[in-house]
Amino acid sequence: MDNLTWPQIFLAMGERFWPVWVALALTFALSITFKRRLGLYGKLFDSPIAMIGFALVMFWVFAAIFAPLIMTHAPLDQLPGMRNASPGKALRDPQGSYPYYLLGGDTLARDVFSRMVAGSVVVIQIAPLATIFAYMVGITLGLPAGYYGGRFDTALSFVANLILAFPVILLFYLLVTPQIVQSGLPQYMAAVLFLFPILFLGVLVNSRFYVKPRFRNIAIALIVVLGGWLYLSTLSQPGTPFHLLPRALDLFNIPGNTMIVFVSVVFVNSPTVFRIVRGLTFDIKSRDYVAAAQTRGEGPWYIMLWEILPNARGPLIVDFCLRIGYTTILLGVLGFFGLGLSPESPDWGSTINAGSRLLAIYPIPALAPALALMSLVLGLNLLADGLREESLKD
Amino acid sequence: MLNFLARRLVTMLLTALCLTFIVFALTNLHPNLEKLAKQQASVRMSDAQVTSWLASHGYARPLVQRYGEWLGVVPGWTGKDAEGRPTGRCLSHYEGIKGATIPRYCGILQGDWGYSTVFREGVGGFLATRLAATGWLMLWVLIVMIPTSLVMGVLAGMREGSRLDRTLSVASIASTSTPEYVSGVVLIVLFGSSFTGLSLLFKQWGLISGGVILKGNATSAMSHITFDNFALPVATISIYGVGYIARMTRASMTEVMTAQYIRTARLKGVKFRNIVLRHALRNALIAPFTVIMLQIPWLLNGVVVTETLFSYKGFGWTLVQAASNNDIELLMGCSVVAVIVVLLTQLISDIGYVYLNPRIRIS
Repeated sequence: MDNLTWPQIFLAMGERFWPVWVALALTFALSITFKRRLGLYGKLFDSPIAMIGFALVMFWVFAAIFAPLIMTHAPLDQLPGMRNASPGKALRDPQGSYPYYLLGGDTLARDVFSRMVAGSVVVIQIAPLATIFAYMVGITLGLPAGYYGGRFDTALSFVANLILAFPVILLFYLLVTPQIVQSGLPQYMAAVLFLFPILFLGVLVNSRFYVKPRFRNIAIALIVVLGGWLYLSTLSQPGTPFHLLPRALDLFNIPGNTMIVFVSVVFVNSPTVFRIVRGLTFDIKSRDYVAAAQTRGEGPWYIMLWEILPNARGPLIVDFCLRIGYTTILLGVLGFFGLGLSPESPDWGSTINAGSRLLAIYPIPALAPALALMSLVLGLNLLADGLREESLKD
Repeated sequence: MLNFLARRLVTMLLTALCLTFIVFALTNLHPNLEKLAKQQASVRMSDAQVTSWLASHGYARPLVQRYGEWLGVVPGWTGKDAEGRPTGRCLSHYEGIKGATIPRYCGILQGDWGYSTVFREGVGGFLATRLAATGWLMLWVLIVMIPTSLVMGVLAGMREGSRLDRTLSVASIASTSTPEYVSGVVLIVLFGSSFTGLSLLFKQWGLISGGVILKGNATSAMSHITFDNFALPVATISIYGVGYIARMTRASMTEVMTAQYIRTARLKGVKFRNIVLRHALRNALIAPFTVIMLQIPWLLNGVVVTETLFSYKGFGWTLVQAASNNDIELLMGCSVVAVIVVLLTQLISDIGYVYLNPRIRIS
């Protein structure tokens, strides 16, 4: 079989991405039809920049969801004769599998295209979730720090500034080295950091619904049981001091590497979120509606979570988008230095690192994940910019 | 002002102490020390041998005491080795020098940065050469980055919502979405590879005589910096930084342009050019100053990636080497430098902000 030329390669790649195109078309068609009823989300579709950003982000989200359909080969398959293959090279002996390496092969004869798509799964799984966790930590600590001020605020701000004064890469090197992992520090950190979402949800429900004890009790019980179960099965790792749950109850096992990467990314992001939330709280707490709530005799947590937080949502949503992009970049940095995720992992940072060794001769293995990462981050940043403009228009 | 400065300095010192202690604790965990012992003595040591090696090299004592010694506020440890010769923390540097007076304290405060186990060299001297190399890189990055970003921001911010503004804003968003390891890869492929990209094209057209337009490897820049070997690393770091500063400048500029005194100047009939250059610019540049200062620690991260990618043996490269080879004292040295850079830039940005902003300075 003949090798493909560049136009043919692009056509073939476009064809492989068909589930993404269908999903994108559906999303856009539905969203534009009902945009007046969708609030801030609907307003995105008034701004071309936000639409482009949203399209880029959703492209990779759908690529991650439909990755098994899109990938032409398994990300770890090494096929004979495909070492450093040029893009569009036909397989020697397809045997019913996809007959080409669309973007060529890497130094270990794996398909660059499939690895790029598989890399999106890693990023889309970790980056938004890590950002949500960082937000939970930042909000739970930032609200009281801004609201009460005083010693509590001084101490927390000092710790936050301490973490922020670390160069990120040094921090990663300190947290992700095998020696530190051996000492179990990341798991202790996970034990603390993962407690915040449960705490946050619990306080959120309690502060509002304590007047309806029956509903409150059921909700809190649900949060504690379900959240606690998730918490314990996330932490529980057979063979470590954290063997907390019997195997039958353990819902899932996150590979140790992924966990460490996740924890360190949350750890790096939380202080910035803390500072933003604290600043916003400081600003909002002098508003009239807060004074009104205080006069009504509402509890401090009710005021923080149900009066201040909703009114800080504009800047927080924008920052959330930016932060997912930043987290993606951080994951790339970790991969680039070979920290955390296993060397076989198809995540974009690791593949860029592997490809950069022979960059001058075989550019595609590094270029493909690099451009993929850039397009996702660009999408998130454009989306954030669009959101900012649209939320300012109100 | 003095009160403010004093308080800032105390906080800074406290932060520096906490940070270095954390790094010290994390780099001196038992597994690290065990690895160090095996690196230094022999790979096939038994656990008991490791313990005795650590004891005889002063690592068996409490962490806080060793931190104090490293800092130079606690006298260095002394002891005797198997043959009864005196050993000690401060002794190792004076081996073979007869009649040298051995100091009691030898830590960072005394200017003794320790010894790099990987490069077999004193950390202080080693770091100084590496820092000089990185200093040149940083200097050129700042020379390229600051004017570019300020011009971009001012041009975008002077007429909010114009086509120029939109174009430049998208360009700066694109720049902030291009981390160093992406722009570095793209730039090397475009300019620094003789097999692909523009270099191949230019060669076919006969525009360049050598193989590549610009060098994709900056090792030769260690001895002499030329445009050839330094353009790509500088561009790589600058691309990621420009966008952020440009956006901050734009925000500050748009705010100034809606101020009353600008309107007065326009109504007075001052030319738009003069309004921008004489009236708006100076006030619009206060905020970016802080941003630029705070951006410098961020550059440090970029430097680590870029130096690794272009194999330029500066500070960033040293940090990676020290961290991945368990070179404890070198890593401590690196973190001290990093922490000082971060805290100093914070201080300068605070002072600069107060100094530049008349509203704060006078009150």
